[in-house]
Amino acid sequence: MKQGVYTLTHSRELARDVRELQLMGDTSPLTAPGQFVNIRLDGCFLRRPISVCCWQPGSLTLIVKAAGRGTQALVQLKPGAQLDLLCGLGNGFDLTCRPARPLLLGGGLGAAPLYGLARALLAQGGAPTVVLGFGGRADVFYEQEFRALGVPVQIATLDGSAGVRGTALDALPKNAPYDLFYACGPLPMLKAACQTLPTPGFVSLEERMGCGFGACMGCSCQTTAGSKRVCKEGPVFAKGELVW
Amino acid sequence: MVDTRVQLSGIWLDNPIIPASGTFGYGQEFAQLYDINCLGSFSFKGTTLQPRFGNPTPRIAEAPAGMLNAVGLQNPGAQQVIERELPRLKQIFHKPVMANISGFSVEDYVRACALFDREEQVGWLEVNVSCPNVHGGGMSFGTSPASAAEVTRAVKAVTHKPVYIKLSPNVTDIAAIASACEQAGADGISLINTLLAMRIDLKTRRPVLANGTGGLSGPAILPVAVRMVYQVYQAVSIPIIGMGGVSSAEDVLELMLAGATAVEVGAANLADPFACPKIIDGLPAAMQRLGIRDIKEIIGGAHHG
Repeated sequence: MKQGVYTLTHSRELARDVRELQLMGDTSPLTAPGQFVNIRLDGCFLRRPISVCCWQPGSLTLIVKAAGRGTQALVQLKPGAQLDLLCGLGNGFDLTCRPARPLLLGGGLGAAPLYGLARALLAQGGAPTVVLGFGGRADVFYEQEFRALGVPVQIATLDGSAGVRGTALDALPKNAPYDLFYACGPLPMLKAACQTLPTPGFVSLEERMGCGFGACMGCSCQTTAGSKRVCKEGPVFAKGELVW
Repeated sequence: MVDTRVQLSGIWLDNPIIPASGTFGYGQEFAQLYDINCLGSFSFKGTTLQPRFGNPTPRIAEAPAGMLNAVGLQNPGAQQVIERELPRLKQIFHKPVMANISGFSVEDYVRACALFDREEQVGWLEVNVSCPNVHGGGMSFGTSPASAAEVTRAVKAVTHKPVYIKLSPNVTDIAAIASACEQAGADGISLINTLLAMRIDLKTRRPVLANGTGGLSGPAILPVAVRMVYQVYQAVSIPIIGMGGVSSAEDVLELMLAGATAVEVGAANLADPFACPKIIDGLPAAMQRLGIRDIKEIIGGAHHG
């Protein structure tokens, strides 16, 4: 982890209340997809943890949904804005198992880190399948970006206005065997994935954080190996590790 | 040249800056960011006799100029801290550390304090009778003069180390409680712990914290801390460690003028992991600007003249 000042270079609307932010700055603290940054914002005491969508040397992409005061401030920033970030927080997705046919399950904003993950999996020769769930058609984002990677993409919406009606789990491709899943999204979706999918898998948790770097114990969760910090040992945990 | 050294019960600190318990773990996370030997000392994570997971999440909420926490004393237990954390700490921190102890009965406090009494690196025991986030212990000992004195007396009987009692601001007369601790043998008083608080989520219409209530900390509470340190300084003659919302060298000097000998920095460490080294670096310049040559000379300065 490193603290640094980053400059917002682009901000574009992706979906209802959702924007893609491109930041310029030191990306050397990032080592795996699924890590996050913690952003200091004027008018907020605590930093706001946001997962990294993807990065290349010197530039990183975040996807932010305006949900509260902090994220509202983030989506209103104009290019040129300077941001104080703690960068490279947490452990990202485990790629060492080199799955041949990984399944990527995203719910809402959970789709964001899966994009960087899909690129990394492709780069090491895997053939990922992506299933993304959203509230409705107006919430869907990054469908084209994922398709542009050349991976199959299924969409589900809770109201049925796009793709399959239901959650990402209702849109699993019938004839696409997978050997491992990676999931990021709302807790009920992650729980259902862990309890119903037969293969090993990893899920990325979200939690309200105080510091984001392991000091305050604000984001602890129970695991089969004792308590762990979502910000430090997580946010990604193995399926068998979590106590639901 | 200015002199930033202060003394707490016979132990000299290079400067009065002490990261507060619960915001600094057992030192390891911050040691990866900077050399923590720049600190006066630090107060380690509130430790209980038995391991604790703490409260369910969410445990953290934003507040205007501050934050709420309801961690609920998550810690690995006294034995693990002694066997695992203190040996690791010795590798990275070469000064006496403050052992922050919590309990759910007088017996808990006594047994945990007796264990840390034997630990060489522990300079002081900071006995927390003021955690607002646990039930059947914690703050309940710190809200009456009699029970705070009872814990003080019991702990003093099992340790030779200086004992600082950490008090709650959630009381009507903090001076009376501090006096009772002094009379029971306390070597010093730490204050203030967090203020009992709540946030409600407008969408779910429920408290944000799973525990319902939490403790408010951060810049919002600095004036409360200044007032309470000022009141306790008038009531006791033992040293005071002041804390509550400190985030700058100027805040440190303000709490010292109110009566603090040393100052703990809490929530600021979470918002800015480099808060303490920045405050320490800024202290000499702030002192010079205000005509302070020796920081010890301003302790309680607001009470004179």
